[in-house]
Amino acid sequence: MAEAAIARLRERVREAAATGTALEIVGGGTKRFYGRSVYGEPLHTTGLSGIVHHEPSELFVTVLGGTALAQLEARLAETGQMLAFEPPHFGAAATVGGMVAAGLSGPRRPWAGAVRDHLLGVRVLDGTGQLLHFGGEVMKNVAGYDLFRPMAGALGTLGVLVEVTLKLVPLPAQTETRALALDQAQMRSTLERLWRSPQPVTATWYDGEILYVRLAGEAPDVAAAARRLGGERLPDDTALWQDVREQRLPWFHDPRPLWRLSVPPAAPQIPLPGDWAEEWSGAQRWLLSDSDAESVRRAAASAGGHATLFRGDPGEDEVFQPLAAPVLHLHRRLKAIFDPHGVFNPGRLYAGL
Amino acid sequence: MLTDATEKTPPTRGSAAERLQAMLAELRQWLPAETLVTHPQELRAYECDGLPAYRRVPGAVVIPTTEDQVKRILAAAHRHRVPVVARGAGTGLSGGALPDPDGIVLSMARFNRILSIDPVNRIARVQPGVRNLAISEAAAPHGLYYAPDPSSQIACSIGGNVAENAGGVHCLKYGLTVHNVQGLRVVTPDGETLTLGGEALDTPGYDLLALLHGSEGMLGVIVEITVKLLPRPEDVAVLLAAFAALPAAADAVAGIIGAGIVPAGLEMMDNPAIRAAEDFVHAGYPVDAAAILLVELDGTTESVEAQARRVRELLQRHGATRVDTARDPQTRARFWAGRKSAFPAVGRISPDYYCMDGTIPRRRLAEVLQGIARLSREFGLAVVNVFHAGDGNLHPLILYDAAKPGELERAERFGTRILELCVQAGGTITGEHGVGVEKLDAMCVQFAPAELERFHAVKQVFDPEGLLNPGKAVPSLHRCAELGAMHVHGGALPHPELPRF
Ligand SMILES: Cc1cc2nc3c(=O)[nH]c(=O)nc-3n(C[C@H](O)[C@H](O)[C@H](O)COP(=O)(O)OP(=O)(O)OC[C@H]3O[C@@H](n4cnc5c(N)ncnc54)[C@H](O)[C@@H]3O)c2cc1C
Repeated sequence: MAEAAIARLRERVREAAATGTALEIVGGGTKRFYGRSVYGEPLHTTGLSGIVHHEPSELFVTVLGGTALAQLEARLAETGQMLAFEPPHFGAAATVGGMVAAGLSGPRRPWAGAVRDHLLGVRVLDGTGQLLHFGGEVMKNVAGYDLFRPMAGALGTLGVLVEVTLKLVPLPAQTETRALALDQAQMRSTLERLWRSPQPVTATWYDGEILYVRLAGEAPDVAAAARRLGGERLPDDTALWQDVREQRLPWFHDPRPLWRLSVPPAAPQIPLPGDWAEEWSGAQRWLLSDSDAESVRRAAASAGGHATLFRGDPGEDEVFQPLAAPVLHLHRRLKAIFDPHGVFNPGRLYAGL
Repeated sequence: MLTDATEKTPPTRGSAAERLQAMLAELRQWLPAETLVTHPQELRAYECDGLPAYRRVPGAVVIPTTEDQVKRILAAAHRHRVPVVARGAGTGLSGGALPDPDGIVLSMARFNRILSIDPVNRIARVQPGVRNLAISEAAAPHGLYYAPDPSSQIACSIGGNVAENAGGVHCLKYGLTVHNVQGLRVVTPDGETLTLGGEALDTPGYDLLALLHGSEGMLGVIVEITVKLLPRPEDVAVLLAAFAALPAAADAVAGIIGAGIVPAGLEMMDNPAIRAAEDFVHAGYPVDAAAILLVELDGTTESVEAQARRVRELLQRHGATRVDTARDPQTRARFWAGRKSAFPAVGRISPDYYCMDGTIPRRRLAEVLQGIARLSREFGLAVVNVFHAGDGNLHPLILYDAAKPGELERAERFGTRILELCVQAGGTITGEHGVGVEKLDAMCVQFAPAELERFHAVKQVFDPEGLLNPGKAVPSLHRCAELGAMHVHGGALPHPELPRF
């Protein structure tokens, strides 16, 4: 069944390459807000659905690109496993291929790694309709250049993710979230202390008043860390972290552009007007602000990181921090290897890519 | 100092040897004398890496001390079309740093400074020639360490680790080099500097940082690395379990992971490895056991104890005849001593050994180990197995004697068959040692021409003239065709019923 669906996609891609037609790869369409706008005929991956291989004793799963992320996660939960990077869905229709292509990781990221850290292999349909296989099912693999990890976060500009293999982790034995009322300075020093010592932290969220810290791991570790941390225990924390991950908290309901600043975790307060919230022990900061893009990017860069216009209209501008000239040059030439006719998601990641 | 006019001399024509001489003449004008090695005696020290079966004396060795020198050396090599082989500590096991007789070796040995340690952000900026272990030593006063720990960590360089995407005992839980590096500065063959990643956890655009990992010095010269540091765990326990049969030990590995426990390390040694190690370091290993497993657990004292209980139970359920637990640092060090000195220990029982590096899905361990034993009988060469069982990364050591005519070739053929076995089992020909010159043929087994073409295209993007480490890592399509190697697809060889020699 999958082979027939792949054959149909391949036909469409070949046609598009021959006629110079742009294609917009669409999984569940849940992350269309992310990145620059694409004008192209939709290429749907939802025909490619199913879990190809999952053996609980092996910590990996192979899934077709159009499989619903929710379906995959439900299956994993049944066997006591999960995707360590806790990816956001941004809608019930989210697909696994779209999740990998967007490269977005959730609350657990600084402690468990990002999407790219858990990608073991891909089958990808390139812009000439050729099916390529990079990586595999094993954790360690250095044969040939790593052309699979770069698919994470490429926003479909290098090819259609037909199948992906992801590393899994066991669900933690115990989870508990503590809430601490702290001002900025107290919050920063608390996070710093946690970051520097071997604590079982797996998520943080701070919106200016309350610091939420999720602890997860072996039961005695969680209990000991909770005692040391203090604050109050949140009776049911599942909803909180889902709402943080999915940006459903009231904090996110705001008409202003939403910026994501990725900075070193201990970076001091960034001098930009607007409302701030932060995750990832300070390494991912959210800013609701009408500041101009130039100022936001400069501030992010001088804090040691970069800024993304996560939600909002960039107009003709970039959404992601512009790349240095030699790096952009490499991007163009790498794109040409996989998509010489510029068929896939043109301009979604960067203009001209 | 060199004037701009000299730097713009048109590329020399002539033979490879002449181009090299012209380039060296140019370098002599501005490079400090101690930076350039050309004396034949001294060049010998660079003729091979950790795989001495391949040797070539380089045309010259350059040992720069600054990034600016690296850029100008590469620019000169580019102008004169002289091959450049970057070299870290030369401990590579696949001939990745094997020199080119008409080229230079660019030794990064003097890039040996730790530039900064930022305990608050848990990162360190280091130069590529810094030894792996030196990073953890420098971070120790802050209660931090650098997780990937190849067995060669007292010697190998962090630049070489990035170039090979090195692994180690603790990679099962803490990841490979690629998971523990946040930023790189790379000089490209035309002398440009790329900054990839840095102090933040991620970076926009394509993941070139990942692409550079394991690129074996083919895409650029790494001149600076930002590594992640981790807080030292509070407590550690090491379990040593003895088994009367190899398959039982292999099943225990799958059993532990399947039970939702990811140990910090999970290593296996077979009987010949146990004996060799015990003879060498007297670690107290059970010399009658068919196999031992070493399981390291870390965390708080309470959780280490809880996990140790569960693991002990799992080991016993899978037929362990004896399980010992080391809680104090001395006993832990003793348990590890045998594993850590296994390679030199094997070096004592055989004139030569050839180390393979295939990786397979864990569930196929028992079957592949049996396959290797069968091949060992077929080729009449003994094998010692000591490996990273937790992530299915095998290190069969094939024992041979290079002084006996034909034995090296036999060992190599045997090795190729082992790698084929790994690919058939759904694995890969190299988990952490890289392709280098050694596994070029095996690459033809793992990859179809379409993928190999993309690898060559990537090389073209970074290094259009093909000057960085030419001829390594990716075989030419021509070579694969000549070899007639069968690309193993979906774990199945064409005509598996036919005996193959
Ligand atoms: C006893 C022993 C045990 C070992 N155990 C392990 C192990 O457990 N795990 C493991 O992964 N490996 C292991 N190795 C292999 C080896 O130590 C690693 O591959 C290591 O990463 C090589 O580092 P090096 O500095 O010695 O690199 P070299 O051997 O000098 O070079 C290796 C490759 O990297 C390139 N290179 C080096 N420096 C740079 C640079 N700055 N920029 C660009 N390219 C560069 C070279 O061109 C070459 O292709 C072992 C080796 C020995 C001898």
